[in-house]
Amino acid sequence: MSSAPRPLLEVRDLHVDLGGAHVLQGVSFDVPAGGITALLGRNGVGKTTTLRGVLGLVPRRGQVVLAGERIDREATHRIVRRGVGYVPEDRDVFAGLTVAENLRLAARNGSARYDLVHDLFPELEERARQRAGTLSGGQQQMVAIARALLNPNRLLLIDEPTKGLAPALVSEVAGLLERIAAAETALLVEQNLAVVRRLASSIVVLDQGRVVHVGTAADLDDEALVHRLLGVGHAA
Amino acid sequence: MSRRVARLLLAPAVLVVLALLPELGFGLGSVLPGPLSSPGTLQLLALSLLFAGVALSYDLLFGYTGLLSFGHALYFATGVYVANIAVTDWHWGFAEACLVAGAAGLLLAVVVGSISLRTSGIAFAMVTLAFAQAGAIVIQKNPHSWTGGEQGLGYDYTRIPGAFVGVVNTRNLYWLALGYAAAVYLVVGWAVRSSPGHVWQAIRENERRVEVLGLRTRGYKLLSFVLGSFLATVGGIVYLLVVGGSDMSVTAPDFTLAMLVMVVLGGSGTLWGPLLGGFLYTYANQRLVAVGGSHAVQSLPGFLRTPLSQPLFVLGVLFILVVFFLPGGIVGIGARGRSGAHGLSRVGSSLRARVHGGAEDPA
Amino acid sequence: MSTVVLLTITGLGLGAMYFLVASGLSLIYGLMGVLNFAHGAFITVGAYGAWFAETKLSGIGSVPLRFLAASVVGLAAGTCFATLVELVLIRPLYLRHIEQVLVTVGVSLATVALVEGIWGSDPKFYVLPPWFSGTTTVAGAYIPNDRWIEIAAAAAVLVGLLTFLRFTRYGLIIRAGVENRAMVTALGIDVKRAFTLVFALGGLAAALAGVLSGIYFTSITPERGTSLLIFAFIVIVIGGLGSIKGSAVASAAVALTQQYVNYYSTGIGDLSVVLLLAIVLLARPAQLAGRTA
Repeated sequence: MSSAPRPLLEVRDLHVDLGGAHVLQGVSFDVPAGGITALLGRNGVGKTTTLRGVLGLVPRRGQVVLAGERIDREATHRIVRRGVGYVPEDRDVFAGLTVAENLRLAARNGSARYDLVHDLFPELEERARQRAGTLSGGQQQMVAIARALLNPNRLLLIDEPTKGLAPALVSEVAGLLERIAAAETALLVEQNLAVVRRLASSIVVLDQGRVVHVGTAADLDDEALVHRLLGVGHAA
Repeated sequence: MSRRVARLLLAPAVLVVLALLPELGFGLGSVLPGPLSSPGTLQLLALSLLFAGVALSYDLLFGYTGLLSFGHALYFATGVYVANIAVTDWHWGFAEACLVAGAAGLLLAVVVGSISLRTSGIAFAMVTLAFAQAGAIVIQKNPHSWTGGEQGLGYDYTRIPGAFVGVVNTRNLYWLALGYAAAVYLVVGWAVRSSPGHVWQAIRENERRVEVLGLRTRGYKLLSFVLGSFLATVGGIVYLLVVGGSDMSVTAPDFTLAMLVMVVLGGSGTLWGPLLGGFLYTYANQRLVAVGGSHAVQSLPGFLRTPLSQPLFVLGVLFILVVFFLPGGIVGIGARGRSGAHGLSRVGSSLRARVHGGAEDPA
Repeated sequence: MSTVVLLTITGLGLGAMYFLVASGLSLIYGLMGVLNFAHGAFITVGAYGAWFAETKLSGIGSVPLRFLAASVVGLAAGTCFATLVELVLIRPLYLRHIEQVLVTVGVSLATVALVEGIWGSDPKFYVLPPWFSGTTTVAGAYIPNDRWIEIAAAAAVLVGLLTFLRFTRYGLIIRAGVENRAMVTALGIDVKRAFTLVFALGGLAAALAGVLSGIYFTSITPERGTSLLIFAFIVIVIGGLGSIKGSAVASAAVALTQQYVNYYSTGIGDLSVVLLLAIVLLARPAQLAGRTA
């Protein structure tokens, strides 16, 4: 009998204070290697802060272990260089740079997968010389995702990729994430439960800065649970 | 005696000791230019006490309310120049001159403050700097030959109360400066303990939170700004008496920066810190020149002698060291982790430019 | 007409110096969030470094060659000083913006005092090639030749900086960092190297401004750096932080305004640009949020 493989990401007792508020109060969970783990919760519970805490973009206390190595003492750029891709909540593309420059900036070393990116996002190749600030929301989202996919990463941290997108685009992005999930591991913050049901293998639910539920996507079929944890849908 | 009682008695005790100084006939070696009762020493001490008070008036804005102003010198200069102009150019009586100088400082602070406080953070710092520069230029232009421009303006001593004129009366000027510093200490001490005072300190910590509570922070900030600036204007009038005239050094940008150095050196966000910082900075600035000429320093090798005989070099380096290793300033040496030590970082967090995507909003 | 030409070209000469100071200041604030009061010290170090070198070189080679070599020394001195300041004093205070600003204030005070201590506060003079003090006639106006040098130097730096920002990797990092520094680190890039680089570049440009100021104002003084700095602040606020093109345009605008208004009433020109700073900040406080070139 073989023991379960080590999770790719282990978060233990993560605490983050922001502007005087104790946003994360001891968050602990695992992200198994392969597939998508969804990070869920109501607005303001600390989902984005958790991702930023893992990356070290906010000051944090606690343990974060990536593939068996502690990264909570490291600077953000070093963590990213270990093979972590980040798609931030507000896309954060560089408006003054062209699409091509946005990608070039993200390319870490010679192994940048431009072919893959242009395959997935042909429109970006067309608009290579266009300033990213003039792109539509959906196009900027593509740039943000492309940036994270450009390098072969072990872990992707993706924050609400479908936010503010038209339904057709939501579907497209979901399909894209499905293809990604086949090859890479992702921690996905997402409010759209339909997308989560489609993509996620495991779920972690936050409430008031703590983990309150760990399970699989099948748990989302339980309406009472969903209502209690996420405040949507109907109580049974 | 309990610590509490000791702390309460500290200020009056210091006041009494300082008040008695001019009666003492002994000197302190090369620390002072002469014996304690001599005019030279009293002049130096008077100036140091004066700037102790002015520094505290600045810290009301910077250390207590979190307003980084680069234009405090403007109000000080208003006191220095308007009182002098009233007496010397317009031939008014001294009392009226003081009133008009005080009024001018108040008015200027209200107007400039209202305008400047429409911004915050670094923008606010730059706007206050701009207005102070504008004032300096106006003084330099010497409109109607009132200000004396680059030459400065001596005062008409016939219109100044006799008690403050002449070398023999230096001890009166000393007591006046001491009185000023004590008055600033009392006023600021009372103000920061009052309920607007608590709001100021809350604003320094986190202005958004205060706004969320429904308080109009702009009004409170303006109050702090006007009070601090008015105290500086009064200090300017005292300066006029102590120095015997107005000169452009009080309008230089270095002057406001010097106040920043004073409060940080002493310990921003405390009452004693700026007093100490202002006193020591002024004393050092005046005295280090003499110490630099002393035998001990002159016998040092050239590369040590030159820097050490430059007071601003020594103070600048000291300042940098304090910023690195003693964020609480001199008074913070004893009290670790008190408001002074965090004062700088708190002011900093409210000033941090939101440019860099270091989001502070939880999701 | 000749007055207009004279005022304009002289104004552009002054604007050239403003640009040299403002460009570095703008990048430093835009990228690092540091309001660098030590920039005035970089100007002073550059000016005095060149002067000192020139005195040491006296008698060797021709005057133009000496001056050129001395200028190079001044530039090197300013660049090294700026780099040192960043590495030793600024970098350890990463993310502590108020302490960083305070430290630059301390550097400014200490440096000017040291220079005064070593060389005194009396003005010092460069030995300049004779052509500098000659004039060229343009449209009936006698233009002092040094104006051309200043304008050419600023133009060269402008082109150089824009090229650097556009075509090199560090230029890309800086442009992105001015917009969103955190995101740059989230792409695996160590911004700290870019910080040192902008300080070095800023020091280089400031040192050049220092040397040129010795030509434009015919002498160098320890406080020159501080007085130029105020105007540089005005320029970067008006021109937008992190924006090189903005600094260029604003430098010209500020200097020309000063020249023209001062011509009609001395000092009022200075007053008007200072008040312009306040007006711009009040109208658009977001000017202090960075943008790219």
